[in-house]
Amino acid sequence: MLAKRVIPCLDVKDGRVVKGVNFVGLRDAGDPIELARRYDEERADEVIFLDITATSDERSTVVDLASRASAELHLPYTVGGGFRSVDDIRQMIAAGADKVSVNSAAVKDPSLITVAARAFGTQAILVAIDAKRVPGAGDKWEVYTAGGRNATGLDAVAWASEAAKRGAGEILLTSMDRDGSREGFDCALTRAVARAVDIPVIASGGVGCLEHFAEGVIEGEADAVLAASVFHFGELSIRDVKEDMAARGIPVRM
Amino acid sequence: MIVIVDYQKGNIKSVERGLASAGADVRVTPAADGIREADGIVLPGVGAFADAMATLEETGQADAIRDAVAAGVPFLGICLGMHLMYEAGEEHAEGAPTRGLGLLPGVVGRMPAQDVEGRAYKVPHVGWNTVHVTDAGAQGLFAGIPQDEYFYFTHSYVAPEGEATCGRTAHSVTFPSACARGRAFGVQFHPEKSSDAGAALLANFVRLTKER
Repeated sequence: MLAKRVIPCLDVKDGRVVKGVNFVGLRDAGDPIELARRYDEERADEVIFLDITATSDERSTVVDLASRASAELHLPYTVGGGFRSVDDIRQMIAAGADKVSVNSAAVKDPSLITVAARAFGTQAILVAIDAKRVPGAGDKWEVYTAGGRNATGLDAVAWASEAAKRGAGEILLTSMDRDGSREGFDCALTRAVARAVDIPVIASGGVGCLEHFAEGVIEGEADAVLAASVFHFGELSIRDVKEDMAARGIPVRM
Repeated sequence: MIVIVDYQKGNIKSVERGLASAGADVRVTPAADGIREADGIVLPGVGAFADAMATLEETGQADAIRDAVAAGVPFLGICLGMHLMYEAGEEHAEGAPTRGLGLLPGVVGRMPAQDVEGRAYKVPHVGWNTVHVTDAGAQGLFAGIPQDEYFYFTHSYVAPEGEATCGRTAHSVTFPSACARGRAFGVQFHPEKSSDAGAALLANFVRLTKER
């Protein structure tokens, strides 16, 4: 049976992990590859590197990161952030990235998904969606771009469906309301998107404790659960999370 | 020397690294002549069947592979590389299936999004799933690897059942996730992305190439 995935996310700026890392035993806690190797050894199912520099002159740093990752990791990894064109994506895939994650550029020009999926296969294209609940509108969420700065007017569930139709292989869904809150995933949002698309959905944003991971899968119906700081600060290990999920009847790869 | 066939279908680096750490002398080449000199051939790849096959035929790689496999040179197809081993592949709904390498009978088809009872499944099939290996498989490519071990998959199409099937995996349907005929092998998952178990499988293949 297909296992539900546990995915640590590394925010990278100028080639260094940001959001603080407090892992004991790392020689260089700011080196994304060293941290990812640690997660590889702990049997994380994948890792995602999100480049938050995202200015065009820094691209070479990220390409270099992807290239080092392919030489040193034994698990699949995704690189996200700052893709503007199919050429940007091609460069990253050529450097060895298994998947790329596109966000603002896909909203601006949805045909980017179609073209990229045709060129590299749907499995290589994640569409990342940052969504925020519309106040007073019940279960409705709006898509934001540019790292949450720009409201788009797009409905998150409708946009996820369109992305899937255009050839996205997975949806990486972040609740902006929950991100950093430690209150758990927005399971209503995750479930609404998971039911609307027939591709896997990765839940992101809000994990604060062990139970939240299982909630994302059971209540949110997510195919994979993502977190950053609870892992980076060593509050929870990948093993803790998988043991808890397994105890609740969720198939995981131990 | 093991040749990795380079036909611009991505992710050769991890395969190369995986084989090298298993002790293989690895060469990546697009050249048909290089394929003809190999002690072992690895055909990696993700993406579209028709595209890939067109490149393999144009460059003469396809015939070089067919000849080498017929001569008993060990071969390993990974993911799309496994699909290409079969007679043909259905690409999209329109048009006739595309002809494959024809090392094995049958047509590669799309994975259904529902099981026989109508339950919905996510396709692409992405993530870690278990492989149930047949007795024959357990003595070859999977030697020393625990039964029902997890491997990393990412695909929307599946190979047809047949005598060559030596490992199976369940999603919306139970499909062949590994195949073997003589010294030609295929795996649907990515051993190069599958942690220790994947490394062990690549090491088994490298050992087979040295037994000639």
